[in-house]
Amino acid sequence: MSQANAPTRDRIERSVPRYRVGSLNKILWQALIYGLLFVGTCIMFVPLAWMISTSLKQTQQIFVFPPIWIPNPVEWGNYRQALTVFPFALYIRNTLIIAGIALISATLSSSMAAYAFARLDWPGRDLLFIFVLSTLMIPGVVTLVPQFILWNRLGFVDTIVPLVAQAVLGGSPIYVFLLRQFFRTIPREMDEAALLDGCSKLGILWRVVLPLSKEALGIVAIFSFLFHWNDFMGPLIYLNSAEKRTLALGLSAFRASEGGVQPAWNLLMAVSLVAMVPPITVFFLAQRHFIQGITITGVKG
Amino acid sequence: MLAKEQREAWSALRRGSQRRKHKDTALGFLLVAPWLVGFALLTAWPILSSLYYSMTRYGLLSQPKWIGFQNYVRLFTGDKLFWRSLAVTFYYTFTAVPLGLVFGLMLALLLNENVKLQGFFRTVFYLPAVLSGVAVAVMWTWVFNPRYGALNWLLSLVGIKGPAWLSSPQWALPAVVIMSLWGVGGGMLIYLGGLQGIPTDLYDASKVDGAGRLQRFANVTLPMLSPVLFYNLVQGIIGSFQVFTPAYVMTGGGPAYATHFYVFYLYQSAFSYQHGAGGMGYSCALAWILFVIIMFFTLLILKSSPAWVYYEGGMGDSRI
Repeated sequence: MSQANAPTRDRIERSVPRYRVGSLNKILWQALIYGLLFVGTCIMFVPLAWMISTSLKQTQQIFVFPPIWIPNPVEWGNYRQALTVFPFALYIRNTLIIAGIALISATLSSSMAAYAFARLDWPGRDLLFIFVLSTLMIPGVVTLVPQFILWNRLGFVDTIVPLVAQAVLGGSPIYVFLLRQFFRTIPREMDEAALLDGCSKLGILWRVVLPLSKEALGIVAIFSFLFHWNDFMGPLIYLNSAEKRTLALGLSAFRASEGGVQPAWNLLMAVSLVAMVPPITVFFLAQRHFIQGITITGVKG
Repeated sequence: MLAKEQREAWSALRRGSQRRKHKDTALGFLLVAPWLVGFALLTAWPILSSLYYSMTRYGLLSQPKWIGFQNYVRLFTGDKLFWRSLAVTFYYTFTAVPLGLVFGLMLALLLNENVKLQGFFRTVFYLPAVLSGVAVAVMWTWVFNPRYGALNWLLSLVGIKGPAWLSSPQWALPAVVIMSLWGVGGGMLIYLGGLQGIPTDLYDASKVDGAGRLQRFANVTLPMLSPVLFYNLVQGIIGSFQVFTPAYVMTGGGPAYATHFYVFYLYQSAFSYQHGAGGMGYSCALAWILFVIIMFFTLLILKSSPAWVYYEGGMGDSRI
């Protein structure tokens, strides 16, 4: 044994147990992470599973403790029954009309404004853009009552006009902001090339900018659809007639009518699930857009 | 971040203030016209007119009658329900927002640990965030059912006798907080985006310097993530001061006013006739007070941000 070897062996001896401790640590760490993720997943799923399970139960299986998780028999008829207690098909149609109008008009009007802010040169542009940013900070509730007073004076209460007005008139400021940011990432050379080819500035919006911004437009369309699908306070305030109700309003009325000792939770859950199907579908179809949209509005916004 | 964007907008405004000819005046105004009308009709006018209405007595069937500051005086000196609603809303905001931040951040950190099935978990955690409104409130009402609900069943598995949740004056508000935490996925996604934007060489450098996991979190992750935390904090506070649907659908503000949220009160005094004496003018005053409160907290966070928000490339001019 020469002395020269000693430090090497020393190093090996020391490093072996350290290596073992390290890998044990790593395994524990991994176990902790997956354990927490698993618990989290369960927590996220329990309410949904509870809703689905209840929606398929017969009445006598609802008020049982401990609960029966797998309905026996599976009562698909609940859905037919639930959707006819109140005219929910009509409510769904009403909601789709509102959300559809909002989706199309918000996408259009906010991209017009965003293009003007991103690419055009007109007096007052920078000042008005500060207004856009400031309105982002204004809580919507502040304008609730005065807006109602305005629409009431104009005679539009109990119509869908107040519900889609914001979408037609520029959409939410966050859409204008998001689209402006996105438009600004499109190289100006594209505009200039189109100008040289004899395209007008309006033509550039239609032929160059919008086709290149499908991603961002998709985000705006999705968010505005979801907002109007889920919106409750707007319809609650503006729509009085029962036949004009949206799905959210109808569900709330159904819940209120089931106020007794043993509400028909199976039917209530069935309607709730139906109300969640479009958001879930849209989410799975456009997951990538969603994640991008959140990230862009959140981080870059 | 918005704060940064706003600074840029102001400096653009100062730069461009000298008189010159604008190229696209006509088209610019044409395209911005819908937004401009919307801004005037749906934002500017309502805000200004509500300041006026807040100083009137105004039920919808009568004409507004000028009464000066009487609504405000009555709110602050003679209205117990106002203070109650304010207390409920503050309690909710100062529990739901911090808890939401912590849980959202935790989920994002977990997912950022190169886990397998990251896409799956991300989907699962984010999904509840796209669901909102009445359907979610109805679903949770049943989850919270004291005798037959899923939550108390889960608690009974570990030997806890669950409270009466929505029918208990003590537990109704915590129940609404729990429900709000179900939607932390939206925040999580934003944090995840922020985490993935942190350059890995920062971590490598701190590893070389011998920093442990905790130190790396405190010295790299948190500072780099602070702009995102800032954004989520502002949005969270603005949102939670305006909670309405749970109060309306799940509890009707009760029991014993335990969930009498501020905006629920505002809605009731404007649209529910049993509170008729207050009416539209009274709820405009309520709205203005809420506006001032929200603005106060937003500015507080904004002004304090240079102390705790780290912007790459320095803050420069931190004033908005």
